[in-house]
Amino acid sequence: MHRSAAAAAPRRAGAGALAMTSALAAARLTLVRDLRLAFRKRGQLVQPLVFFAIVTTLFPLAISPELSRLRDVAPGVLWVAALLSSLLALEFLFRDDAHDGTLEQYALSGQSLTWLLFAKTVAHWLLTGLPLAVMAPLAGLSLGVPASAVPGIVVSVAVGSVALSLIGSVGAALTLGVKRSGALLSLLTLPLSMPVLIFGARATELSIKGGDFSAPLQLLGALAVLGVTLAPLATAAAVRINLE
Amino acid sequence: MAWTWFHRLGSPPYIYSLAARLTPWFAWPAAALILGGLYGGLVLAPPDYQQGDGFRIIYVHAPSAWMSLMVYMTMAISAGVGLIWRMKVAHAVAASCAPVGASFTVCALVTGSLWGQPMWGTYWEWDPRLTSELILLFLYLGYMGLRSAMEDVQRADRSSAVLAVVGIVNVPIIHYSVTWWNSLHQAPSVMKLARPAMPASMLIPLLMMLLGFTLFFVAVLLVRLRGEILSRERSASWIREAVST
Repeated sequence: MHRSAAAAAPRRAGAGALAMTSALAAARLTLVRDLRLAFRKRGQLVQPLVFFAIVTTLFPLAISPELSRLRDVAPGVLWVAALLSSLLALEFLFRDDAHDGTLEQYALSGQSLTWLLFAKTVAHWLLTGLPLAVMAPLAGLSLGVPASAVPGIVVSVAVGSVALSLIGSVGAALTLGVKRSGALLSLLTLPLSMPVLIFGARATELSIKGGDFSAPLQLLGALAVLGVTLAPLATAAAVRINLE
Repeated sequence: MAWTWFHRLGSPPYIYSLAARLTPWFAWPAAALILGGLYGGLVLAPPDYQQGDGFRIIYVHAPSAWMSLMVYMTMAISAGVGLIWRMKVAHAVAASCAPVGASFTVCALVTGSLWGQPMWGTYWEWDPRLTSELILLFLYLGYMGLRSAMEDVQRADRSSAVLAVVGIVNVPIIHYSVTWWNSLHQAPSVMKLARPAMPASMLIPLLMMLLGFTLFFVAVLLVRLRGEILSRERSASWIREAVST
């Protein structure tokens, strides 16, 4: 009798704790879990960054080694490379969790699927978008960009990649049920990402020229805010459809 | 009571027969308006003082560009209706819209680049409206690609509906970001309400073409919708009766 009471007590306490877990706490736990899992597979984590470095190396080889010419195309090179490597990283966003049934458990858990998927997207941005913002100025310096442009590049890539991750999460969720989804994912995501590319490259160009880049940066911020408010809802709807 | 008409719209047999009855009411006026508009635009309207006869391509280009957006709106709204009220017919409408809209978009792009050759001296100019038209084509292709990638019809319906709704939020953003990015195109000349930049002899055929293209789209949509319903309901018993009569 004594033992059964001791065994029941933690169960009851556990059930109470589960019922009290708020959406925010559940989202935070998901975020921590995703970060921890990612750091156990460091190789996969570095791949998009290496891809970014390789793509930016291709351009001097393809165009010309003259820094003056490279400086003119640098904003476009940086942003196209950032867009492509964030696209590459999207395949990791939901794929493993869809395979082993974690997403189904999320959907059944009674927690808000929107919040959980938003947390996963935030983790994805921390692991791919933020490192890109650190890498981009290094790649920029190799393309002849002046050091004064570094803050502008870091801020614009950091803000723009938030929008890219969120747009990408919708595409990744929609293609969950498709087997070879790579080409389809890019067909869905790239047209929707073009405003980010336009404003991001514009902000980078202005910061290279030493101008005031706050206007395109604010537009990038607006896109990111719009993404934060709307994209998780669409992502959750798409995941639910593909789990049915 | 007031909602019975709405519920009847959800019934495939009813829509199937309704579409068959309505098609000629849209197809014949469309044919008359398009033929009349073409005659008015290509023969009766005077040549433009700046562009000569080159401007006449507007009678196909502008209505196609207009329809490419209008069809996307129709597609996204019916996809949204299908998503919210789980109406099979609304999903069938959205699925029938996509290839028609993509064709209008291609038509607008081709006529735009043909007009660009004599006017700008190049077939392709990175003009904002042509560019956003091109992105719109990619959106259509993505929608159709997602549909064709999924074998289960219901899942394809609902996934592509989410994509269409996300797309409709993005269309104005893409349009304005591209406009802001670069501007070379002529300022819009039809919708200046105060003083139309076009004389009536040019404007009336254009408006006839716009209306004709819209009616043409509805007629094509109704025909495609019947095909879509037939292929979706192919195992239903009412199909056998409808086809045998």
